[in-house]
Amino acid sequence: MSLLDLFRRQPPSAPAARERLQILMAHERAGVRGPDYLPKLHKDLLRVCKKYMQISDDKVSVRVEELGNVSMLEVNIELPGGGAYAR
Amino acid sequence: MSKIIVMTSGKGGVGKTTSAASFAAGLALRGHKTVVVDFDVGLRNLDLVMGCERRVVFDFINVINGDARLKQALIRDKRVENLWILPTSQTRDKNALTKPGVERVLGALRQEFDFIICDSPAGIEKGALMALYFSDEAVIVTNPEISSVRDSDRILGVLASRSRRAELEMEPVKEHLLLTRYDLNRVETGEMLTVDDVMEILAIPLLGVVPESQSVLRASNLGSPVILDSASQPGQAYADAVGRFLGDSLEHRFLTAERRGIFQRLLRRSA
Repeated sequence: MSLLDLFRRQPPSAPAARERLQILMAHERAGVRGPDYLPKLHKDLLRVCKKYMQISDDKVSVRVEELGNVSMLEVNIELPGGGAYAR
Repeated sequence: MSKIIVMTSGKGGVGKTTSAASFAAGLALRGHKTVVVDFDVGLRNLDLVMGCERRVVFDFINVINGDARLKQALIRDKRVENLWILPTSQTRDKNALTKPGVERVLGALRQEFDFIICDSPAGIEKGALMALYFSDEAVIVTNPEISSVRDSDRILGVLASRSRRAELEMEPVKEHLLLTRYDLNRVETGEMLTVDDVMEILAIPLLGVVPESQSVLRASNLGSPVILDSASQPGQAYADAVGRFLGDSLEHRFLTAERRGIFQRLLRRSA
């Protein structure tokens, strides 16, 4: 440890904790409270996507969002390799 | 009309038993006949925290199995009037808790007591499910720490789906947040989730905030609920929480660190 480190303050960690929790909670609540077929739908979607591209399991997310009295199914598929539909 | 209140959290070590002991003592101090029941079968500790470990002869499981009468298992607190303890078994496992058995004992307690506090074990398995199943209200004991908050959210989901009130489609279990081990200094330096952070994430009403303090360990060392140490901040915080539970409108205290000058700081440190 250098002398400088004694004076350098690390950035506070609580905001990171809050952000991680918020993201996680949104995910878990959707997972726990969504319809039963959600995991199966997720699996099927993954299988279809993998027919056309090389994609890892965590790049396809399926969740249910409640907006007032409407339930929305949100499917996010992140294409591999970056922008301009790179492969 | 008697009420069954569960102290639950999902996560272990956040202060359920400490809170159950103090909450029960607080309700009794306010004149309500109260019993606190240990649901942590196999790992009983409520008796220790309440300081009655040497007076346990029969327990909750003996009563469920018909080996003892309820009156034989109930221990009357020696310090606080109106306060009783129903210890659990140290040798059996959680399968000793059967739904009809628990229902029968809680039903009998309802005849005698205004408040029945159920001290839940950690986890979301049988013991914890039994502790929360018959509850009318739930106090979710949470630390300002990510794994505790996440587990609290889980247990809220369980309350909303697997409690008796949920199964019978009755009015849902009323939820209260009790934030414990709140370390003001770490909150001020941005190293700990704030009350507002936790409330925003869990979105249930706040019953109280209990500051981190040495007096909690001291109280458990002595086998005396910390609420009886009325000079301590946790003691006052629990008394406030009980007051709010009974409908008093009290401002939350101990949410900001007291400003201390350098001399006070030095004095405090050397003291």
